[in-house]
Amino acid sequence: MSDYTHDSHVSTEHAVAHPGYGIFIKVWVALVILTGLLVLSSHFGQSYAVWGLLTLTPIKAGLVFYYFMHLKYEGALLKGVVLITIGTLLIFFALLFSDVAFH
Amino acid sequence: MSGTHASTAPPSYLVDTGTRKGLMAWLTTTDHKRIGVLYLGAMVTFFMVAMGVGFVMRLVQLTTFQKLISAQTYNALFTVHGVIMIFLFVIPGLPAVFGNFFLPILIGAKDVAFPRLNLTSWYFFMAGAILAVLSLFTGGGAPDTGWSFYAPFSLKTGTNVSLAVFAAFVLGFSSMLTGINFITTIHRLRAPGMKWFRMPLFCWAVYSTAWIQLLATPIIAITLVLVILERFFGIGIFDPAKGGDPLLYQHLFWIYSHPAVYIMILPAMGAITEIIPTFAKRTIFGYKAIAFSSIAIAAVGSLVWAHHMFTSGMSNVAQIVFSLLTMIVAVPSAIKVFNWVGTLYKGSIDFQPPLLFTLTFIFLFCIGGLTGVMQGALAVNVHLHDTYFIVGHFHYVMFGGTVMGFFAALLYWFPKMFGKMYSKKAIYASWFPMFVGFNMLYFGMLILGMLGMPRRYYVHLPQYHTLHVVATVGSWFLVLGLLGFFATLLYAIFKGEKAEDNPWGGLTLEWTIPSPPPVENFDEIPTITAGPYVFPQEAQ
Repeated sequence: MSDYTHDSHVSTEHAVAHPGYGIFIKVWVALVILTGLLVLSSHFGQSYAVWGLLTLTPIKAGLVFYYFMHLKYEGALLKGVVLITIGTLLIFFALLFSDVAFH
Repeated sequence: MSGTHASTAPPSYLVDTGTRKGLMAWLTTTDHKRIGVLYLGAMVTFFMVAMGVGFVMRLVQLTTFQKLISAQTYNALFTVHGVIMIFLFVIPGLPAVFGNFFLPILIGAKDVAFPRLNLTSWYFFMAGAILAVLSLFTGGGAPDTGWSFYAPFSLKTGTNVSLAVFAAFVLGFSSMLTGINFITTIHRLRAPGMKWFRMPLFCWAVYSTAWIQLLATPIIAITLVLVILERFFGIGIFDPAKGGDPLLYQHLFWIYSHPAVYIMILPAMGAITEIIPTFAKRTIFGYKAIAFSSIAIAAVGSLVWAHHMFTSGMSNVAQIVFSLLTMIVAVPSAIKVFNWVGTLYKGSIDFQPPLLFTLTFIFLFCIGGLTGVMQGALAVNVHLHDTYFIVGHFHYVMFGGTVMGFFAALLYWFPKMFGKMYSKKAIYASWFPMFVGFNMLYFGMLILGMLGMPRRYYVHLPQYHTLHVVATVGSWFLVLGLLGFFATLLYAIFKGEKAEDNPWGGLTLEWTIPSPPPVENFDEIPTITAGPYVFPQEAQ
């Protein structure tokens, strides 16, 4: 198998050393709080629940991506790949809403 | 482009050099070239089966053969024809065969980034194919939904939809893994000096395609799992009787399946872009425009899916938005056609079989593309929706585009892949009935559709009969040409004359290595110092 890499301007090497457990515990606490808020918002009616889902869930997913899935410590290439993916998903949502919101 | 030629020829990839021999050596290979050939063998086999199914479907439209099969069998046949052609031939299509075989060579690499994953992709592909075949003969029999598995019918029918959609789910994994492999290969394994804008344009096309494979395929995978869950557990996602939304199914299906059209056509465009400079003996006109148009087609093509749903009851706002986006996607496609013609203009044309099929591609694809733009207009779409016009249009794009591109690529790279040359006369002889039959069959369908003939109907009204006869006779010519084409190539593999290393005078890296290529492609990795299409007479 080829063991050479020539794309020197692109790096996926970890930028910094991994942090201790403290940050992961803090993120976990934040996730629990956000989940609580999400559940709470659903008690105020459907529109609150939907807006809660649309705003809080991406934040939760972002925290998981960024810390638990180590995106924070990756290079620009992988961050770019994830950004393109999320951007695509958002565009899909927006276009779907052009149908759903005007039914 | 300059490359280092192999000085002493190591054994070709066709020779078993490992501990395993024969079939086992092929089934356990991680060589990207062998995997490409494995895909080629499997896909051509599937193509022949689906072609036979299509042939029978056309026969039924003749009075003499109307009772050949039942209406229910006819429904199963158009589903089987679509599933095999779409999921087992045109979607894997050029990336699986020529992407696997030539992408690493074209960028100066010894293999893809993940060779074992590459073989795994092939096994997923074969597993999906076997499951699809099993679905025809198990459960309630062959699905009768059409290849789109629209809800709520696909949730209710007693035919074996669950296994068929699971087969498509498994095939999706093959596609995604291949996409990941190609993206990584292009990012990480380019030879020294192989900058982005020195890559052959086929690589740009494969790169754009791989992104669509990676981003869109998971959506159809999840959607099909939801269909299975709904069939088994009645969860009510798509079934309106349970509070579900069948339009949601259509959205999710086409979010993948329209970009899939670009998965099919983009690599064919890439192959065409390789072929034209070689036979025009001049550099490609507008390299960057072609490269960026591939990206633009992939990007904008992912945002036009709902033009398949203009009569579904979607909101008016969505209809206008998607109509506009559909018109826009025609622009990068037209850029490519303009650049191909611009390259041919004042070129030193060397007319050979690959160029014949390339020109055929451009001609047929233009008809397919323009009939597509027609349907982007809302008012026209309402009239043409679900008629034979649609069937004619997508066969012009998929068959006239992707498959003719596939044939052109096969003719172009065949001498390199197998080290043998085919009979050019036999190829010309098979092209003629293929071209005539194609246009009789599919242009006949375009007219039938404009006159109002609905698609997927077992019988037709008398006023459509003459054109149905024309189309069916056309299918006979087409099949004759296809059989001649494949027979010629099969004969050449076993009995053909030895091919030169560079029979066409191409400049890209694959023409600097022996035919067939050695196991790891290059003795030493080449250093690239120039773009891929700088012909000597132009450089002077």
